[in-house]
Amino acid sequence: MTSSFLRKFRIVFSAIVLVCFMLVFIDFRSLIPVKYINYLFYPQFIPSAVKYFNLKTVAAAGFLVVVLLTLLSGRTYCSFLCPLGIGQDVNSRIGGKIRKKFRRFGFKKPHTIVRYTLLSITIGATIIWGIYLLTLLDPFSIFGRFGTFFVKPVILVVNNFLANIFGKFDIYTFNHIDIKGFSLVIYSLPVAFLLLISIMSLIKGRLYCNMICPVGTLLGLLSKISLFRIKFNESECTRCGRCSLACKSTCIDFLNHNVDVSRCVDCFNCITSCPEKALSYGLVGSKSTEQKTDESKRRFIAGSMLMLLGVSQYSKGQDKRAPVPKRESTVKEAITSPVCPPGAGSIEHFNKHCTACSMCITACPNNVLIPSVRQYGITGLLQPVMDYHRSFCTFNCTVCTEVCPTSALNPLLLEAKKLTQIGKVNFIKDNCIVKTEKTACGACSEACPTKAVYMIPYEGNLVIPETNQDICIGCGHCEFACPTIPYKAIYVDGNPVHLAAKKPEIKESEITTPVEFPF
Amino acid sequence: MRRREFFKTSVGAGFAAGAALSMGGYEKLWASPAASAKYDMVAVMGGNPDSMFDIGIQELGGMGMFVQKGQKVLVKPNIGWDVIPELGANTNPALVKRIIEHCFKAGAKEVYVFDHTCDNWVNTYKNSGIEKAAKSAGAKVVPGNSENYYQAIEIPGGIKLKTAKVHEILLEADVFINVPVLKDHNSTRMTACLKNNMGLVWDRGYWHSNNLHQCIADYALYEKKPALNVVDCYNVMVKHGPQGVSKEDVVQMKSQILTTDWVAGDVAAAKMLGVDPQKIDYIPIAHKMGLGNMNLESLNIKRIKM
Repeated sequence: MTSSFLRKFRIVFSAIVLVCFMLVFIDFRSLIPVKYINYLFYPQFIPSAVKYFNLKTVAAAGFLVVVLLTLLSGRTYCSFLCPLGIGQDVNSRIGGKIRKKFRRFGFKKPHTIVRYTLLSITIGATIIWGIYLLTLLDPFSIFGRFGTFFVKPVILVVNNFLANIFGKFDIYTFNHIDIKGFSLVIYSLPVAFLLLISIMSLIKGRLYCNMICPVGTLLGLLSKISLFRIKFNESECTRCGRCSLACKSTCIDFLNHNVDVSRCVDCFNCITSCPEKALSYGLVGSKSTEQKTDESKRRFIAGSMLMLLGVSQYSKGQDKRAPVPKRESTVKEAITSPVCPPGAGSIEHFNKHCTACSMCITACPNNVLIPSVRQYGITGLLQPVMDYHRSFCTFNCTVCTEVCPTSALNPLLLEAKKLTQIGKVNFIKDNCIVKTEKTACGACSEACPTKAVYMIPYEGNLVIPETNQDICIGCGHCEFACPTIPYKAIYVDGNPVHLAAKKPEIKESEITTPVEFPF
Repeated sequence: MRRREFFKTSVGAGFAAGAALSMGGYEKLWASPAASAKYDMVAVMGGNPDSMFDIGIQELGGMGMFVQKGQKVLVKPNIGWDVIPELGANTNPALVKRIIEHCFKAGAKEVYVFDHTCDNWVNTYKNSGIEKAAKSAGAKVVPGNSENYYQAIEIPGGIKLKTAKVHEILLEADVFINVPVLKDHNSTRMTACLKNNMGLVWDRGYWHSNNLHQCIADYALYEKKPALNVVDCYNVMVKHGPQGVSKEDVVQMKSQILTTDWVAGDVAAAKMLGVDPQKIDYIPIAHKMGLGNMNLESLNIKRIKM
């Protein structure tokens, strides 16, 4: 293996990985099959670990593969598989172009106290209190939020622009998608992390990964005993220091011929930068004698750093402009519990296992999921919650349960999902159009896929809704369709523990096939 | 001013010409040739959705009665729900396909198909089978999922519904063919011709909260009326409508009603469903407003059994 080849390989490989992750998190048309998404997510360290400790199956042991990989090769995960790490490399590259004259990495001392303190606190807090701190710091989830919060809206704007242009010429390859945002509070945390990470990587390379990221620190510990690592051929080295200047982890002490393996992310930039070919990547302990060909200049120009772009608002739901009934509804909905997505089993399970990567938010074809603010309490911040004013859970769909990388949502078969009661319908007669306006409506019953909401005779020709909670699955279509404001006349109250709904009763019709025209 | 119209004409002829054309001139395009059709209504029973249409349209004098050479046609089925064709919640795809084929045979330049779905539109277009059927016949399937596609229009004389936002493709088309499916409806008792219009507009929540029956009748005042209504009564959802729960909700009636009078079409459809048309409030309201004739006895109806 020639060491100079390694850097090229790393760049090509990681570019493909980054593009794949980006596509997955902006795939607003659900074009990518779930199967491939799951392949991509399998070796993601934190999601896989959460899933493994929940399910205890080998099928969820992607993080163990990463542990083995690290013991073998060092922190290659950080350069090859971590989307946030690769994204930072792109950003760092841009930083290098801008500040060519005066950016030199050089060797810096590790932030030992900060990083091990953060790692201990994260592990401790996760074991004692739950997943909350991990949610904030997991690099995969941070990346997912960037994609969902910042990149996807940009893509939607571009899509809508194209849809408008093409639509005028009767070409409907693109379709317009209404853009509606999450509440601004929701953006504060991802924006803070976006600023922190992009500024750190722009100026300081992999500082975030080597100071804050708990995965980076943990894998750094493991790589202290890794078999393969960057080595100096001391007799060839002229102590020119080029390797140290090229090291975005600032971990090469060229004067003492020492590489801090706990911070080295195996990007192989140093190998390429060395004019004497005195650096190589190989088995620890073996002599570095490899002859390397001269490396060409850097060619890789990163694609646009879409992460830096962002607009604050977007959506793809079937959101309708609020209609204007004559008078406002008066009775407030009595919500006792938020509605968490199907496949969660219970809100408790969901809160314990969700790292708020936002994959389900992106994947939901109806855009009914939003990151929570207060619904689950402060510890459930950003974990997805159903918003039935925005949209509803489509009956024939299980996508969110399939894409979840942490098993916060477990896969449901469609038939099982159709009987999974995530909440129960409640009817407020005093808000209902039929009672307040004495006119027909029935939007709720029309929308109900199980007829848990049905109409019974009221005054004159009118019919009014009645509900049967037993067969309700809590999809929220009734609540979404109800036209009353500000309070809905029908709403879904979440089930803290999901229940099994009864099957709707099926009766043969009394009407038969006609043999004559009845008119 | 209409966005599409503005764009096209201003590219070609400049702003002034474009403005003038899009403000007026529609009436001529919409001159209805239907007045000379042989019958007010043709009812067919006993065939397949497509073969019944072949016979029905022939009895009416052929598609050429409604579609002229070079015209743009909007075929508007009911594509409301994300279910398979056998459950009868959406217009039969075979019927939609055959209508499109007849339009092209009559010389239509372009045929469009769309509906403002209730369920997720991508899945609904797909699982209803209509997207595939329409495309295979050469029609353009147009999305209706975003308010961006809808343009404000006025409904002079509307009692409750005085304005609405309708899909731009309705404004662009020269001919509008209404292709509802007959279904039970939990609230209005029945959905067929007039109620199918709810898929043309964006803000139907307004209808629900402002006297639904009156709004349904009011909308029928709007100038872009269908040249032809084809009511699909092949698989008829007789209960749990308009969405349905299971195949037990569906009765195979193997029928079809073709008519130029959508009020009469709704009356005939109600009778198929075994509902008294007087009990479906929007029918007598529309009759009184002069939007059609609910007295089938006074109409010239051809009944065909295959």
